Amino acid sequence: MTMITLLVLFFIIIFVVSKGIRVVNSEFLFGLPERMGKEGGILPTIIGTIYLTVLAIIIATPLGVGSAIYLTEYTKENIFTKIIRFGADCLAGIPSIIFGLFGFILFVIKFGLGWSIISGGLTLAFMILPTIIRTSEEAIRAVPLSYREVSTALGGSKWQTISQVVLPNAVPGILTGVILSIGRCIAETACVIFTAGSSLRIPTSLFDSSRTMAVHFYILTREGISMERAYGTAVILIISIILVNFLAYWIMYRFIRRKGGHGG
Amino acid sequence: MAVKIRVENYSFYFGAKPVLKNINLAINAKEIFSIIGPAHSGKTTLLRSINRMNDGAENSRRQGLIYLDGRDIHTFEKDVLRRRVGMIFATPVSLPGTIFNNVAYGPKLKGIKSRGKLRELVEKSLRAAYLWDEVKDRLSDLALRLSGGQQQRLCIARALAVEPEVLMMDEPCSGLDPISMAKIETALRQLKNEYTIILVTNNTKQAARIADWIAFFLSGELIELGTPEMLFTKPKDKRTDDYIAGRIG
Repeated sequence: MTMITLLVLFFIIIFVVSKGIRVVNSEFLFGLPERMGKEGGILPTIIGTIYLTVLAIIIATPLGVGSAIYLTEYTKENIFTKIIRFGADCLAGIPSIIFGLFGFILFVIKFGLGWSIISGGLTLAFMILPTIIRTSEEAIRAVPLSYREVSTALGGSKWQTISQVVLPNAVPGILTGVILSIGRCIAETACVIFTAGSSLRIPTSLFDSSRTMAVHFYILTREGISMERAYGTAVILIISIILVNFLAYWIMYRFIRRKGGHGG
Repeated sequence: MAVKIRVENYSFYFGAKPVLKNINLAINAKEIFSIIGPAHSGKTTLLRSINRMNDGAENSRRQGLIYLDGRDIHTFEKDVLRRRVGMIFATPVSLPGTIFNNVAYGPKLKGIKSRGKLRELVEKSLRAAYLWDEVKDRLSDLALRLSGGQQQRLCIARALAVEPEVLMMDEPCSGLDPISMAKIETALRQLKNEYTIILVTNNTKQAARIADWIAFFLSGELIELGTPEMLFTKPKDKRTDDYIAGRIG
């Protein structure tokens, strides 16, 4: 079974790379698109992807980790926490296009933010929030009770115990959730096409519209602009996701070695 | 001899079940007060009551009072009380991180930031716990790399670093080899010059070796209280005799 997973992964990578690698060069990476992306590079979509992802993570991580702390440390298990958890699970299962539509109605129209990075970032943040909450919750729960007792027995307040002992030991787990979410943000199409729009200019402010790599790929294919360049974009997309995953493993490895086990 | 801790008519319940039944005892300053008894006799619950770690435990209830230096412990702020009454658990739990940071953890919580002051406290505490010579050259090593016996002495040092007055230990030598145990006992004999020590142990011989007073608990009741000599040579209660002789427990 494991081999099949690996085979599928390699098949996809080889397929995409073989079709797209020819157009990938420094001009493609750092150039501006011309004729709707039929020629030139994809720099604005790379920048757009980074802006949107970073913004979503900045918004969702404190909210998600905060919720997880509240759920695990400050509430007893009751109907209220069950409802919150059930809600988070439901939220995680909602198709991203629904998030896109929701973001479009709320941020783009109602709040008048227009097609912009801020609208897209907020929508993405909502989309990844449940993942961050649940993974952080698991990570916080996995910190042994004995660590907390040691800290309280030494005169640590609840918050000191959480911030000095619980959170540092939950970081590898929390990071896993954050990095999974980064991957989802990079790859997301439906959510951002309605909220961040598809402008091909390099965004200069949070209120500019922007196109992500995934949306660029979609439009190039859908409009039949250039299959070759669509695959080229896909290559960059896949490489960035693989890089993010490697980064995740590296950070976790470093962290666990430094702290000496437990967690993650 | 000044009384450091006094327990008066103290009972503790989990649900309807009494875990401690009307306990009365006084613990003198700068002595080793040992609590012996089989499992589930309420020893740990008493310790956790004294530093209020049982406060807010689900479905629990208490009756009676406990005094520290004549003052009801429930009139203290919890963190203040716990800095005066340190606790060491049965299984040594070193926090992930270095040896230095483990010992400096408590003082840092108190707000001590000066590196020099922290170093001084760490050294003093590690010396008092008889660990300094073994770790002085590797304070920045991970605490988890220490042996079980060393980790337990590290926990003692960590508790000492907040400069408590009372040190409560919950079976600190369970699972340790005789040499580690001997080292901890040596440390305890020294420590009682400065600290009041409450030692819960299921090793009656250990209690006989180092305690000034021994309290025998059984099923949440204080059966007998006396010096080791009184308990071991002429116990008043037959159950004490049975326990010490190994017939119960």
